[in-house]
Amino acid sequence: METLTIHALHDKLVRREISAVELAQKYIARKDAVEPQVQAFLSDNRENALAAAAVVDKKIAAGEDIAAMAGIPGAIKDVICVAGQNTTCGSKMLEHFKAPYNATVIEKLNALDYISLGKTNMDEFAMGSSTENSAYQITHNPWNLDCVPGGSSGGSAAAVAAGSAVWALGSDTGGSIRQPAAYCGVVGLKPTYGLVSRYGLVAYGSSLDQIGPFTTDVTDCAIVLNAIAGHDKKDSTSIPMEKKDYTKALVNDVKGLKIGIPEEFFVEGLDDTCRKALEEAIETYRKLGAEIVPVKLPHMKYGLAAYYIIAPAEASSNLARYDGVGFGFRVDGTDIVDMYRKTRTAGFGPEVRRRIMLGTYVLSSGYYDAYYLRAMKVRTLLKQDFDKALSQCDVLLTPTAPDTAFRIGQHDNDPLAMYLGDVCTVSLNLAGLPGISIPCGYKDGMPIGMQLIGAALGEETLLRVAYTFEQNRTDLRKPLPMGEVEL
Amino acid sequence: MKISAEEIKKIALLSRLNVEDDQIETVGKQLNDILAYMDLLNQVDITDVQPTVHAIPLHNVMRDDVPQPSLPNEKALQNAPEPENGYFKVPKVIQD
Repeated sequence: METLTIHALHDKLVRREISAVELAQKYIARKDAVEPQVQAFLSDNRENALAAAAVVDKKIAAGEDIAAMAGIPGAIKDVICVAGQNTTCGSKMLEHFKAPYNATVIEKLNALDYISLGKTNMDEFAMGSSTENSAYQITHNPWNLDCVPGGSSGGSAAAVAAGSAVWALGSDTGGSIRQPAAYCGVVGLKPTYGLVSRYGLVAYGSSLDQIGPFTTDVTDCAIVLNAIAGHDKKDSTSIPMEKKDYTKALVNDVKGLKIGIPEEFFVEGLDDTCRKALEEAIETYRKLGAEIVPVKLPHMKYGLAAYYIIAPAEASSNLARYDGVGFGFRVDGTDIVDMYRKTRTAGFGPEVRRRIMLGTYVLSSGYYDAYYLRAMKVRTLLKQDFDKALSQCDVLLTPTAPDTAFRIGQHDNDPLAMYLGDVCTVSLNLAGLPGISIPCGYKDGMPIGMQLIGAALGEETLLRVAYTFEQNRTDLRKPLPMGEVEL
Repeated sequence: MKISAEEIKKIALLSRLNVEDDQIETVGKQLNDILAYMDLLNQVDITDVQPTVHAIPLHNVMRDDVPQPSLPNEKALQNAPEPENGYFKVPKVIQD
């Protein structure tokens, strides 16, 4: 049995081997079977999903063409607004918040007859690397239920790995798509900043946030990217550009392409088994005719420190809106400032409060130059490093994370240790570059992720290089850890 | 220690958060650990380097000044804890 993909299921729908309603029912049953253990979802959208599936079946019956994603069950990270549905961001602050409008990505997916089985769990306001910071539940890694799925989009990654959704959307501010994709053995893409509209994505770090897909293969990744990419007038940071068909980039050939290996990613701290898997991946590319080029990113080692100044600074500003006035949760106080403080102290969890305080500190009078301004200058140097390396190479190849998924509770009470795990991913967000994580091996049964980094708007090359690896390393294919979905 | 107990209280006020007295030590230690790590940035020569606010800069995104549909009043208020007469209601701001 094969892992079911968007493209395989689309063919089955078109050939009428299964109806969209039957398909939705199969996935709802699957979700019901695995959710007690995985706990990837915060909400259940089965009624809307079945209604949307019936619409797809009508179109098929009428002989109409259906979109590649039409009728294929997916899931949406609970940081993306879906009109009329709860959008909690994993926070008590938004427990009863119903989005009054659709995010642009949801409008685009609606036009393609998409189906969502529900909103997925996440670290509160996307702050975290394990999904343990959710105010609601702990999500478990389908490969080992004692391990975290990664974060902050851990619910989306776990839903796809558990087979309770064929695809999912996440958001990535410092690695929140790529790291959980690596931990859960699926494909995760953070697009170029500005390729996908952020309208309706609840803001964390506005200069860093991007929405992107989780899928089980690279072809599906291109299909979901086709659905969500494109200029949007409602997002002033959205890049004006022609629409592309990313599935055309799925070419099984890397001959003559230059793949850069930044030595700074392969230093002390990278697990030995992970290193070995990556070296084998590099060897695979070499055998397929790619040119392997050692490159240097001299400011890479400062990326994490710059990120954990810039992201909390932006967060402290963005989260000022949760003041007990507009969004439901309020704790009464003796005066308005007391109301603000009580509301925010009770409504936010400890990690969110920590980042707001950290961000407030680095922006405060007397510290702005020493921290925030300096971090923004280091960001410039880091971006120049990437620009230089990517002028010599088509893509860069690195680990997605220094190790495989850690155990639930392992980093409790040590936030800095949790941050240090983001060392491979945050720099891309600072530089605005696209990155994809694909599985490249296993350590004690847990998946290892490989990150490929492209130039700005270089998604096509990125997908081609990822696709070629996937097509040539079929030895890495394993059934879904909780068993394939049976139709 | 980079941040004193007094500074923690000041940042908490600026952040519109409360830090209970018995939490100040823990919160202070965590913030100090993180800020100590940030000292790494002091090794970088930033002379004549311009700051980057956005990695993919776009300038003056303009559009025609034509009214577009916007959120109706009742939808804008649907999540408010205390809407009244089409407005958000807040506790008294100006003291007697």
